[in-house]
Amino acid sequence: MMRAAILGIGLWGPGLSGWAASRAVLAGETPFAHIETPPPAPLLLPANERRRAGPAVRLALGVAEAAVTMARLTHPDLDPARLRAVFASSNGEGTVVDELLKTLADPAEAVGVSPTQFHNSVHNVAAGYWSIAHGGRAPADSLAAHDATFAAGLLKALAETVAEAAPVLFCLFDAPLPFPLSACRRTDFAFAMALVLAPEGAGAGALGRIAARFDPRDAALDRPRAPALAALVDGNPAAQGLALLETLARHESRRLAVPLLSGHLALAVTP
Amino acid sequence: MTAMPPLAITATSLISALGRGKAATLAALRARRGGLAANPSPGIAGGGFIGRIAGVEAHRLPAPLAAFTCRNNLLLDLALATDGFADAVAQAAARRGAARIGVILGTSTSGIASGEDAYRARDSETGALPENFDFAHTHDFFSAARFAQAALGLAGPAFVVSTACASAARAFVDAAQLIAAGVIDAAVVGGADTLCRMTLAGFAALGLIAPGPCRPSDAARDGLSIGEAAGFALLERGEDSPFALLGYGESSDGHHMSAPHPEALGAIAAMRDALRRAGLGADDIDYINLHGTGTIANDASEDRAVASVFGDRVPCSSTKGFTGHTLGAAGIVEAVIALLALEAGLLPGGLNLTRVDPGFRARVLSANVERPIARVLSNSFGFGGANCSLIFGRR
Repeated sequence: MMRAAILGIGLWGPGLSGWAASRAVLAGETPFAHIETPPPAPLLLPANERRRAGPAVRLALGVAEAAVTMARLTHPDLDPARLRAVFASSNGEGTVVDELLKTLADPAEAVGVSPTQFHNSVHNVAAGYWSIAHGGRAPADSLAAHDATFAAGLLKALAETVAEAAPVLFCLFDAPLPFPLSACRRTDFAFAMALVLAPEGAGAGALGRIAARFDPRDAALDRPRAPALAALVDGNPAAQGLALLETLARHESRRLAVPLLSGHLALAVTP
Repeated sequence: MTAMPPLAITATSLISALGRGKAATLAALRARRGGLAANPSPGIAGGGFIGRIAGVEAHRLPAPLAAFTCRNNLLLDLALATDGFADAVAQAAARRGAARIGVILGTSTSGIASGEDAYRARDSETGALPENFDFAHTHDFFSAARFAQAALGLAGPAFVVSTACASAARAFVDAAQLIAAGVIDAAVVGGADTLCRMTLAGFAALGLIAPGPCRPSDAARDGLSIGEAAGFALLERGEDSPFALLGYGESSDGHHMSAPHPEALGAIAAMRDALRRAGLGADDIDYINLHGTGTIANDASEDRAVASVFGDRVPCSSTKGFTGHTLGAAGIVEAVIALLALEAGLLPGGLNLTRVDPGFRARVLSANVERPIARVLSNSFGFGGANCSLIFGRR
């Protein structure tokens, strides 16, 4: 069993503009309204990099920074430049990949590939910009697992927290894909969440706790209890994190199954 | 920090432009026979030399897995059938249970070559991709791990790690952490990357493609040559094996998306982290397989890092003059070469290397050296400032 404390939370999704602004909605105290708001500009990036950053990077950096800022309220010694990070996304910066594929498909090759576009197309682009933003030397991983990206990313982030006995930033994000890729991979809206995970002992001021294990049996995805939130889950692979966030906002204890490719991640969430 | 317990490596396999299998790879290294040839592609994806694997197109996936057909998965399937790798995994699965073995593969572009073809075949009126384009099983990043897990009949956790040219090296780290945390007992790691227009045109746009075969560490080096490859390693807890992963180190540059840190601080941190985790000192390393892409900036920055950690005592070389830069697969290509170096007592000198950059301070090998060695460090660095160093050795 892997155990971790949650020290900070970041969130951006339709009607969910940040953890603080969304807590009442997630707790069922305020009705949910599906309003899509662009994520805040990643002010932590130097101006040049900010201009170059694509929509998925902006989305990821916003929730990552929010989670770390929150964790630093109770753990001011947590240095983002030294914080290990795991970024997980099914599609990465799909907008840039689409632009490149269109350029490469142009029979006239009228326009070459832009070097900035090319380096912004790598899957670890958010991890890279995150460490650039903080001048960070800590490792920043980047994973992909299609519909199992939340489960695989959280599994890896928890394993890293336990194996390295160190806090780990987990950032899950997916931005909508442009046409024609959008026809083969459904991402209806932007959704991202981030957690600062810490080894179990370091949990003073924790917002909640997770115990997790890999269970080889297949299980269906546990969805949020609120129907309006449950309805979001199929619209973006990263929105699979909503049931966990709802549980934390309600200060509940709940067991959650999150399917992997085979078997599932079995989570026990407690306040 | 105490050293990590060595993690047994009980099987490996490799296919690259040097050939199929470890024997072919070793023979090419011994004979100093490279696998690079002029790139025949026209236009923006043309120019320079490439390391292409022959005969891939003729290969067919097993019928139940036909939906995964794309060049990247064909490379993976060929690598599974090479060096007895799939059989070794089947034996481990019989011993441990299929759910105790993870599949963690690195790739930078997965099956995007299929996406390139699909974009060229878009409907001229609607712009829609062809109906037979199976995004999830080909183009998608995760396709590589899904395919390998299905082909091997495994049932543990599976995911793709994609940290550009450090991807397959990072797969070793992710697996070691999952094993240390008790999630799994063993893991199939490695990965693949395919020659595709995206990377050929992208590196050309960055001005980093050498006109001739790449010449890592040479005073007159002028860029990289891209290659394709696939390879695997089976990592197992608590097994006896002649060779093991002794340590890993990872870091970020935190500097620039595609340019290395000028003082190489990230690379230095990754190598020191690997030594610390292995419980070794700089003098314990017998050979360093450099990331050594052949670009002016990468090789100079890496030399600064190696000299800072190892001085001029440890022989080092890049083998990308043989294989080309296999991008996300470079970590597994060079891990297998490191293990071959240990097994055969061969330190491969850099290919196409006529005069080592006079500004370099590390001890770069330009000719093969045959002598028994016990520990090898392998570097992999990628866009986004992702750095990974692995140490392999005899038990």
